[in-house]
Amino acid sequence: MKQLSGLLLTTALALPLAGTAQAVEIEYWQYHFAERVEAMDQLIARFQDENPDITVKHTTFPYAQYQAKVAAAVPAGEGPDVVQLYYGWLRDYNKAGLLAPLPADEFDPATIDAEFFPIVQSMKVDGAYYGLPTAVRTMAMFYNKDLLAEVGYDPETPPTTLDEVVEATQKIVKRDEAGNLLVAGITAAPVSQDAHWWREVLVRQFGGQSYSEDYRTVTYNSPEGAAALQAISQFFTDLDVVDYGFMDEAQASFAAGKAGFLMDGSFRIGAVSRVEGLNWGVAPLPTHNGIEGNYSSYWLNGISSQTTGEELAAAQKFLKFITSPDSMQLWLDVVGELPARPSVAMTDANASHPVYGPFIAGLAHAHATDFVNEAAQRQIWLDMIDMIDVGGMSVEEALAASAEAEQALIDRYYAE
Amino acid sequence: MKHLYNRLSFQQKKAYWAWLFLAVPILFFAAVRFYPTINAAMISFTDWNLLTEGKWVGLANYERMFTDKVFWKVFANTFLYLIVGLPVSLTLAFVVAYYLDQVRFMHGFIRSLYFIPYLTTAVAMAWVWRWGYQPAPMGVINQILSSIGMPQQPFLRSPNQALYAVLAPAIWAGLGFQVIIFMAGLRAIPETYYEAARIDGIGKLATLWEITLPLLRPTLVFIVVLTSIGLLRIFDQVYNMTVDGQGGPLNATRPLVLNIYNTAFKDFDMGYATAQTMVLFLVLLIITLIQLRLMRSK
Repeated sequence: MKQLSGLLLTTALALPLAGTAQAVEIEYWQYHFAERVEAMDQLIARFQDENPDITVKHTTFPYAQYQAKVAAAVPAGEGPDVVQLYYGWLRDYNKAGLLAPLPADEFDPATIDAEFFPIVQSMKVDGAYYGLPTAVRTMAMFYNKDLLAEVGYDPETPPTTLDEVVEATQKIVKRDEAGNLLVAGITAAPVSQDAHWWREVLVRQFGGQSYSEDYRTVTYNSPEGAAALQAISQFFTDLDVVDYGFMDEAQASFAAGKAGFLMDGSFRIGAVSRVEGLNWGVAPLPTHNGIEGNYSSYWLNGISSQTTGEELAAAQKFLKFITSPDSMQLWLDVVGELPARPSVAMTDANASHPVYGPFIAGLAHAHATDFVNEAAQRQIWLDMIDMIDVGGMSVEEALAASAEAEQALIDRYYAE
Repeated sequence: MKHLYNRLSFQQKKAYWAWLFLAVPILFFAAVRFYPTINAAMISFTDWNLLTEGKWVGLANYERMFTDKVFWKVFANTFLYLIVGLPVSLTLAFVVAYYLDQVRFMHGFIRSLYFIPYLTTAVAMAWVWRWGYQPAPMGVINQILSSIGMPQQPFLRSPNQALYAVLAPAIWAGLGFQVIIFMAGLRAIPETYYEAARIDGIGKLATLWEITLPLLRPTLVFIVVLTSIGLLRIFDQVYNMTVDGQGGPLNATRPLVLNIYNTAFKDFDMGYATAQTMVLFLVLLIITLIQLRLMRSK
């Protein structure tokens, strides 16, 4: 069976190549996110202008199916030449040998170390890089200027500490006489970045740490972790400034002008700015106990280990192009994701930008969670909130149950 | 070759052609049914994440299933969908069909109204219901409840109500189809039986019990089988009405099929996913055998 399909494949590949020796086509895959698709289309157009002999085929899939598609296609040799992956997936892909290391003469590791933000170094295995990001992401606090002004705040100086945010949410929240929520003080919904905010920011601000340094041991089941969980769950429990799940998605209630604050990633900028009539601003994530914190993550571009010959050279050229300073600036302008090179990110124009500024400042104290299974670990967080909200469990009980489940998940991964 | 064929007897030639024609569907079934089934059974004994080569782990996946609380929860959910959904949808559909059968005024129009939900995309419908269940003032159902002075309900946010909240649109969507089948069944009962019953002065309830229902038996069996299979495979509604398509809150609505899907394509644990599939396969096989036996006893 394998030989047969291999034979068919070779024949199929050989036929179109027979007549066209110069023109090379490479395929690029990413998941579908309107702004990212648009940015990549613009980058491809520029790249093809510079390299008329190379065509880049751009293919996207819905996020929910993306990982499965890549996982099924690459080993079968049907996949892309250049592929975009979430940083948390790299370990699995490397274990399977799906990505080729970037050659040191074209992508000098020392230069990359020097020119990219340090979080990118987790893509370096045994001295060789396996992928490079165009952009990195951090979080910041989106706030609704009109709602703040209504309750007597100066919309240009939003709260900066967690306690101040809590106080503001209590003033902003609006319910009708029957108790129905009309305007939420802050968003609280399953579809949000709250898990990251809690794991890497709040827990640290309360003096704890969610995981051991190597991310193999869950350490949030502690008094500090409980205090941090209380800090985030109080919004829909004790304080009642929001109903958990209000309008299904955190960004939906904020975009509708029905929530005072939204803690979200830089990738949300594009969507929020397109909402007409929404008067919004961005500020750094609130501090607590004088500690600043942030969460960062990124998608990297890697080259498939199945790519060889002319395609490989073209793929390397393309990877170099999409991680160049100019491409990063374009990505920032179109998508709102931050350049992965400090030299591009930290320009005066970007750093003092009213929207990008707070996100870029967040890079200085950002942590990236080292996931074994991002989706499953996120589900454990969602279940933990459900246990508190509708499962009748206390913060401590929910925390203990989740820590146990997540530890079991991590142990199962490393047991292999 | 031709020589050989000519020497066959008439019976042998008949058998030859029968097998030749049978070979087409047999090959088809072997390729698209039996091969994947056997393959899945093999995978269920391995630890395979799609990316690397699978590793033989014997019965480990099945052992894990027995201690997996989530598995038993979704197993129970699956049957809850069936045990609640089947009688409710059948009763509703029969009552509607029974009375609709007697309505002459705008009969066709009313019948098509019942049928429209069946034609609607499950995904779109699920999302409309999902929003309808929101708390007031967003959700129309809670809006109605509070306007008539009833307390609002959490619906999809409650581990106790969520399963029924997901089941409701599934039943509603299937109703039109069941009504049509029931009506066809009702129409097939000869009018002379009812005339005889009227002449003998038998009451309405007795007529229903003694004549209509027994004669409707083949229709009933058909609907029961189809509805059971549909409910045991419920997926679209759960996937679209719960957060991230996870069948929450706290796995309250997750059916086995969704659990298999998640295990395979979210956790990339193909071995464990196929082990659960084998269990679902056995369950469906047993139910089908029971139903076949019940049908034969008549």
